Amino acid sequence: MNTLRSIALWIDDRLHLTKLFESTAGHHVPASAGSWFYVFGSATLLCFVIQIITGTYLAFVYVPSTNEAWTSLQYLNQEQYLGWLLRAIHYWGSNFMVAIMTLHMIQVFLFGAYKYPREMTWISGIFLMLLTLGMAFTGQVLRWDSDAYWGLGIGASIMGRLPLVGGNMVHLMLGGPIIAGETLSRFFTLHVFMIPGFIIALVSIHLRLVLSKGINEYPTPGKPISKATYDAEYAEIIHKEGVAFVPHAIGKDLIFSALIIVAILTCAIVFGPHGPMGPPTPARVDTAPRPDFYFLFLFAALALLPDWMETFVLFVVPAVLVCIFIALPFISPDGEKSYRKRPVAVLTVILVMLIISVLCYLGDVAPWSPKMNAWTGDPIPVAFVKGRTPVELRGAAVLQAKQCRNCHSLGGLGGERGPALDDVASRLTKDQLVRQVIQGGGNMPAYGKNLNPAEVESLVAFMATLHTGTNPPARDSAVPAVPPAVATMR
Amino acid sequence: MNPTLPPVLGSQEAEPHAPAPTRRNLLFKAGVALNAIGALLLGLPLIGFVFSSFFHKHLGNSWISLGTLDKFPVNETRLTIFRNPFTRPWDGETADIPCYVRQLPDQKFKVFAVNCAHLGCPVRWFEESGLFMCPCHGGVYYSDGSRASGPPPRGLFEYHYKVENGELFVKGGEMPTLANPV
Repeated sequence: MNTLRSIALWIDDRLHLTKLFESTAGHHVPASAGSWFYVFGSATLLCFVIQIITGTYLAFVYVPSTNEAWTSLQYLNQEQYLGWLLRAIHYWGSNFMVAIMTLHMIQVFLFGAYKYPREMTWISGIFLMLLTLGMAFTGQVLRWDSDAYWGLGIGASIMGRLPLVGGNMVHLMLGGPIIAGETLSRFFTLHVFMIPGFIIALVSIHLRLVLSKGINEYPTPGKPISKATYDAEYAEIIHKEGVAFVPHAIGKDLIFSALIIVAILTCAIVFGPHGPMGPPTPARVDTAPRPDFYFLFLFAALALLPDWMETFVLFVVPAVLVCIFIALPFISPDGEKSYRKRPVAVLTVILVMLIISVLCYLGDVAPWSPKMNAWTGDPIPVAFVKGRTPVELRGAAVLQAKQCRNCHSLGGLGGERGPALDDVASRLTKDQLVRQVIQGGGNMPAYGKNLNPAEVESLVAFMATLHTGTNPPARDSAVPAVPPAVATMR
Repeated sequence: MNPTLPPVLGSQEAEPHAPAPTRRNLLFKAGVALNAIGALLLGLPLIGFVFSSFFHKHLGNSWISLGTLDKFPVNETRLTIFRNPFTRPWDGETADIPCYVRQLPDQKFKVFAVNCAHLGCPVRWFEESGLFMCPCHGGVYYSDGSRASGPPPRGLFEYHYKVENGELFVKGGEMPTLANPV
């Protein structure tokens, strides 16, 4: 026993393990920091570790070549023992990482942890967030399917909008004139070597700062801090009620982390891996590219912004936002920390989250996109053709065959790009319908060249029947109205 | 101690404000300078490698055959593919670039890139309504490529073409974007 003890002491003496523990995991934190609100940082780190481990193993099989990547993913899904599970854990791990990182950031913001003297902890966190989003984008490119291919097309088109250097930036991003061989290698290098390297370096700084500047004490409402007195106050807190992080303050982190592992595994097993979707064959144009959920808000914003604002929003707004984030601890370095006394901070979080959630939801349903197969896939519901005359039925066929349904729904079926046609006759008179069909306008193409007069006639005859009993057809105000009683008699 | 003599071990404790210049000092400065030059020598080719697109153009656009004219009926729009002139052996199908060809009367052609002018998504051709529709943000173009509705800032990107010996050639090689509209 004595021999074992002396070996242990020798190792400790040579490796300074006890000293290392005392200055890192065992460092003293305010007892109030052992709170359920303080678990998100460690959980984000846990997700990152899971990503590194699963990612490394996936690289055993994945082939970063444009010709093979898609097939190697199919192989991982179908052939490689537990390959599907590792892909699923990596995918769900990334979703959890982005989500928990966001929660961590919101908590830090609401608890005033970015204030003096932890400005650099916050700023390093901002760059960690940007790098994590970089991982998310490069990761979805490695899923080398049609979404990845056209996602890169969107990225390149955005780059192409940069003034002066646009063309060169497209080449730099794609590693050549088109999306091909070097593009995937480039994103593989970014995803697997460069960005993770930066993240590891920044996480080290982030944690080092947590040790040297201390963890934020649980803020007390109505007790503002000042730069002059804070250091002494914090030292007093640590002296009076400081506890060793391990083992006295880490309990809730451990429990939350375990729950996260279970949650990621559950999602991975129940929902499985994501994709790959169709192969990255540019000639297959029958595809509707969508980004992963973290970029859906951007996808939606690009559909909803006015044209003249797009390039500005794409390049200037992100830069301004990053500047605001970085400037935050200098704009508000002291004062009240608790969210209970900072209504503007709380409202800002609610507003930003609402904007992002609504945009993500809109990006998911994408009502502005034509429903490409509505004209073949969504028949006109029977109620809309029942009892119609032959000319009107011919119009219904024209409506279907000319792809009108791709943008206009009937009975809830079809695209939502344009207004639903269920009761179009109660909004437009026959003359107005003719004009709208032939000339277009209000974001509708003109069909004048693609419809002959007979087709227009029948189409409008059909649409003129599209109104409900309670919504009578629209009429020209120049023509005197027929009293309802007379109308029913006729 | 004579400051011109090389300092001996432990002399720093004895003399914390050692007067400059000593040999150590000189060696340190020369070392920093040499390493800065070394880093520059190493860094220039690295920067050149990564940012090669700024210094060295791979290949301009070149003429590519799309096949004989009978592949493209008059007044109809057909999707066809060409092999990008600049390829690497491992490019696979990604170097098979699609485009829409419409033959007009009098052997005139319109050759459109499939990339939407808004953000590069693949537009789809609908013969019946004579429209190109984009699945991403709902950009729509007429059969002549002009913008019909939606967010695109311009019409479809159009390739230059020529007809030689009964074959249709287009000038391609680069992904069309607003910065390089073919």
